This record gives sequence, C-alpha cells and structure tokens, in this order.
Amino acid sequence: MSEDRYALNKQLAQMLKGGVIMDVTTPEQARIAQEAGACAVMALERIPADIRAAGGVSRMSDPKMIKGIQEAVSIPVMAKCRIGHFVEAQILEAIEIDYIDESEVLSPADDVYHIDKRGFRVPFVCGAKDLGEALRRINEGASMIRTKGEPGTGDVVQAVRHMRKMNSEIAKITAMRQDELFEEAKQLAVPYELVLYVHDNGRLPVVNFAAGGVATPADAALMMQLGAEGVFVGSGIFKSGNPAKRAASIVKAVANYQDSRLIAELSEDLGEAMVGINEQEIELLMAERGK
Amino acid sequence: MKIAVLAVQGAFAEHIDKLRKLGAECLELRQRADLEQSFEGLILPGGESTVQGKLLRELQMFEPLRDRIRQGLPVLGTCAGLILLSHKISNDEAVWFGTLPVCVQRNAYGRQLGSFHTEAEVKGIGRVPMTFIRAPYVESLIETPDAKICGGAESLTPEENFPEQSGVEVLARVEGRIVAVRYGNQIGTAFHPELDEDDRIHEMFLQMCREKE
Repeated sequence: MSEDRYALNKQLAQMLKGGVIMDVTTPEQARIAQEAGACAVMALERIPADIRAAGGVSRMSDPKMIKGIQEAVSIPVMAKCRIGHFVEAQILEAIEIDYIDESEVLSPADDVYHIDKRGFRVPFVCGAKDLGEALRRINEGASMIRTKGEPGTGDVVQAVRHMRKMNSEIAKITAMRQDELFEEAKQLAVPYELVLYVHDNGRLPVVNFAAGGVATPADAALMMQLGAEGVFVGSGIFKSGNPAKRAASIVKAVANYQDSRLIAELSEDLGEAMVGINEQEIELLMAERGK
Repeated sequence: MKIAVLAVQGAFAEHIDKLRKLGAECLELRQRADLEQSFEGLILPGGESTVQGKLLRELQMFEPLRDRIRQGLPVLGTCAGLILLSHKISNDEAVWFGTLPVCVQRNAYGRQLGSFHTEAEVKGIGRVPMTFIRAPYVESLIETPDAKICGGAESLTPEENFPEQSGVEVLARVEGRIVAVRYGNQIGTAFHPELDEDDRIHEMFLQMCREKE
C-alpha cells in the first residue's frame, strides 16, 4: 500500500469520529441504521450474539448479502473477515468494501499470523485489548483501532477494561524519557517509531473506537468519556425491543456524551435492552483471539 | 474573533486545531444552547452528512443556523459541509440548509477506493493540496431556486433564498469538475483543507469573517 493510500485510509476513519457504527444483517436493517444516524454500518450475516448462540465456525458473510447492503445505503459499509484470512480480505476488497474489520468475532483462520494489511488498498480496522496489540495491528497496516470488548454479550466491562488499559499505557509512555522508549518497544514487540509517536503525541497514530458490549446510550457515553473517538454497536441494537429508537438515542448520546441531562432523556422508554450475558457466564472469550 | 464549529459528528477537531493555530477562538456546537454564545463564522466539517443533518434537526440547531447563514453569516463547508449547504443533491432526495445555489453529487468519486489526494489551483490563493475522501463534487450551478426542494423554505422568494446578486463563483476545478465554490459569504469545498498542512483555505475563510465584521 502506498503512503498516500494509507493516509487516505486513516483519514476516512477521521471522518467517522464522533459517530456510531452499527452491525446490520439485512438491507432493511441497514436503512434503519442509516435513518437513525449511523455513520457507517458493519454488514454481517449474524450479529455477534447469534454467532455466540449458534456456535460452530463463523466466516465472512456472503458477498451478495454485503452488496445488497452497499446498495441500500449511502454511508460507508464495513464487513468482517477472519483473523489471518487474507483471501476473505481480498474478496472484500474486490467488492469495494469501504473498511475491512479483521475480527475476533469470527473464527480465526490463522492462529499465528494476522493479515499483512499493508498489501491492501482498502482500509482495515482491528480490535485490541491493550496498547501492544493496537500498535502491532497498526504496524501490520491497520488504519483504525477499536477495543475488542466482549462482542455479543451486552456487557460493557471488557470494553472499559481495554480502553482504560490502553489509556494508562499511553500515559506511561508519554511520561517516559526518550531513551527508555527502545526497551518499551521491545517489551511491546512493536517498532520504535510507533512508540515514539505515542510518546510525542499522547495518542495512537490512528483513530480509536470503542466496541464490544455497548448496549445503551449510557454505555456509549461512558466509552466516549473514557476517551473513545466513536462507538461500534453490534448486537445491542437489533437484539433490543425498539432498534430504531435505541439506535437514534445512542447516536445522540455519543454527540453529546458529556450532557447527563440529555442522556437521561435519551435513556427513557427505550424498551427492553438486549438481555446480555455476564462476563463470568461466557464460555467463549472472543477477545482472546489474535494477540 | 470566535468561530463556531459544528461538532456533532466528523472531523471537527481538525478544523479547531487549524483555527487555533491561526489565532481564532473556537466554539463547539453540540446543541441548541451553544448557539446562545456569539460567533462571527461557522465551519461545517467533514463527516457523514446524513448524520450531521439529522442531528442538526433533532438537536434544534437547524433553523437558527440556516437563518443566520441566509443573513450572511460567513460559513465554510468541507465535504459533508458542502453537502449540507447545497441547494440540491443529484443522487439523494435530502436537502439540508439549501443556501448555496449548487447541485452536488454525493460520493461522486465512488467508495473508499476512489478517495485520492491531489493539488490544484484555487482562485486567489494558488496551488493547494486537496484530499478527497468519498467526496462529492459540484455538478452544476443553480440559477433559480426550486421552491419544492427548499428544505422548509417554500414561502421564500428567489431573492430571499439567494440574496447575493453576483452568483456562484467557481474557486477550483479538478479534472474539469468543480470542487470549490463561493457564494456571498459561503465557501464550499469538496475536499478537506483541515487534513492538509496548508492553511490558506482557512485563512481565506477567516479573512472573509473579518471583512464581514
């Protein structure tokens, strides 16, 4: 990938900031999401909660289904491929997807290597639990990062943990002497230049969203107040009682994440939230996929 | 001088950084109460126009801002901001402010693979770097407003819709396509001056705000 193309891909993520990216499984859901104010949609065959319930191997979605969603909306369309499955990524590039999510939500195709994302022209977003993972994905060519959280649970605890961990590691590096960065780069198993960027700028070199377990306007605002630049909402919307209303409320809560009076109003009468599973009840920890 | 930046979604922080660097004060517009502060100019940033337009309406900022733009408030709209200002969108039924008499095409260069970076001449400034991200371009200039598509302005006469006598000035073209325009105190660009190092588009905008004062 040329430097120019990588810059453009990072810049598309900048345009998504302050927005909500929603998981959708049909053109109809995609239209509801766009109508509700989604800044992009993630096209997938089954939302994480259903993937979790169904078990078995979970793969990239049918390209025909993704194309149907591309035709239904004017906002960017993202889609997931399996960790390490570069052919699924090639297919998504061939249908001109706007962003590929190399995602732990699907079953990993490679238990050692992630995709060499530098070899692609389309942008990638990847999940991370901590700074080391984030910088390793960026080094591989990711132009956007999201917390892994724990998808399909409706439980925000892991997204919070990952965001706080990343923030505290960034703060630590910012406070280091420059001659300590070489050792830090070694510990994190990432190139010195990326650690230096974090040291000088106090942030990741790409946009960082929250994902995994966000189910309410309050969850979304919590992640924003913790420093997320936007939010992915997966199962939380279309597994709830009133998807359109909940989606619109989450969008407004992200735009005004510091206004508790407004968020209180937005949280009224949303109908039933997704039932959710607690962290301790989960049999499969998706966040542990891909390091 | 204080510039308001629409901050409900998109790349507003990049505009704020630019404005601060050039010595302007900034005000983030997130809800109606923010409009009570005084400001001398408005920036509509890049992002998703559908999201921004919807939030403008639902957070009750739409009408007061549209009225102030009609009354001559200097405004710079970049990418999604250009779409919000445009009087017509050729491939979308939506019309937002509709105060800028041009017809734009959304996502005119296609999906993300069509995004590109280039350099071109901007009238009165010289060659400027230009970053186009899923960008629109201006298809045509509009001479008479269409009452049906005036976004709630049905009762306005053509003169009230487009009070400037001079018409739309084309500021820049890339491969023959119009990518920057000025109409009265409104500047619209299809590209993102907030993403490049060059400050001259923002300087031109701030100059326009100073002249208006």
